[in-house]
Amino acid sequence: MHELSLCEGIIKVIEDQAVAQNFTKVETVWLEIGEFAGVELDALRFGFDAVIKGTVAEDAKLEIVRTEGAAWCMPCGKTVKVNTRFDACPDCGSHQLQITGGDELRIKELEVND
Amino acid sequence: MCTVCGCGTASVEGKGHNHSHDHSHDHTHDHAHDHGHHHHHHHGHDHHHDHEHDHIHTDEKGDIHFGKGLGATHVPGMDQKRIVEIEQNILGENDRYATANRSYFAERGMFVLNLVSSPGSGKTTLLTRSIEDCKERFSMSVIEGDQQTSNDAERIRATGVKATQVNTGKGCHLDAHMVGHALEHLEPEEGSVLFIENVGNLVCPAAFDLGEAHKVAILSVTEGEDKPIKYPDMFYAADVMILNKVDLLPYLNFDVEKCIDFARQVNPDIRVMQLSATSGEGLEEWFDWIGQGVAAAKEKKRA
Repeated sequence: MHELSLCEGIIKVIEDQAVAQNFTKVETVWLEIGEFAGVELDALRFGFDAVIKGTVAEDAKLEIVRTEGAAWCMPCGKTVKVNTRFDACPDCGSHQLQITGGDELRIKELEVND
Repeated sequence: MCTVCGCGTASVEGKGHNHSHDHSHDHTHDHAHDHGHHHHHHHGHDHHHDHEHDHIHTDEKGDIHFGKGLGATHVPGMDQKRIVEIEQNILGENDRYATANRSYFAERGMFVLNLVSSPGSGKTTLLTRSIEDCKERFSMSVIEGDQQTSNDAERIRATGVKATQVNTGKGCHLDAHMVGHALEHLEPEEGSVLFIENVGNLVCPAAFDLGEAHKVAILSVTEGEDKPIKYPDMFYAADVMILNKVDLLPYLNFDVEKCIDFARQVNPDIRVMQLSATSGEGLEEWFDWIGQGVAAAKEKKRA
């Protein structure tokens, strides 16, 4: 439900950048969204289409780079891939995992026109 | 317009929204903006510079080369696209407000808890009970977050403690900017405990740092014991899980051990307290834990 809020945040960053970096039109927006970022991609796309109206990003394409979940396993002493926050280590079965990847919620870059 | 939330309809109870909004917004915004501006300026300068050279390139001899842009060609009247790196956290704006709140709390030696749960887990009952029982022990105040009504703030005020209601309108969570507003009205005391009762929602409030010391997730035993793995983001973000309404356990099929196991799967370090705000059992542990937090916050301020 907070995807719309996130989209408002994205537009705010883009509009600030439009002033700082002298562009008037955004063609493509690349986001990096981790598996554990708590974001529903369909809702995000829906919200994005709604908030870009009348902004420099009107009609912009939204590209989402999904990053996988990763965790540091204490007993194994290495990084392992996980699909949920409560996965056990795929190698040793331990739950002593520290999530190290998959929390990303970033605006990576923009393709813009002057 | 409110940081990341776009909560045009959020209001701080009892106050003219426009007035307080503008005031606080300008104040904190300037600060945050200056901060960000430095970064943008530097960043923007580099890129702008590169772009001028890429797009219409003037070399040492003064010859002008078109078509050095992304498309490697130049069409009259048509702009060339360029890529600008942003690398910014989408929640960055909220996090800046949260940092400001956190320094506000640190300067005043305050211990601040962000209480999160589903609706109906007994947050407000736990709060009123904690306030009644600890009146002599701590100075306390409350920020209440709900979509509508100031019923909860009124329940808190009935205990004699200061409370400010924040109505989020359509918003599903409190953000750090709203809390900043509420602080201006609340004026909490030095060395006090501030409880922020978030909107009843186990999803969205997980993502929003308000500047608190700890998120405390409250789960009542009348809910499912698998909620920690159904809503893992929240139980991962929380430092404490309170199992509330344990006086009802004899009448339910709730498996306490299983629930705690689920919570530890998501967050191995989560601290679990079992209590009942109605019968009072287990409350001492909760009060003692708050007491330790208050002492540590005051100590940190003195240091």
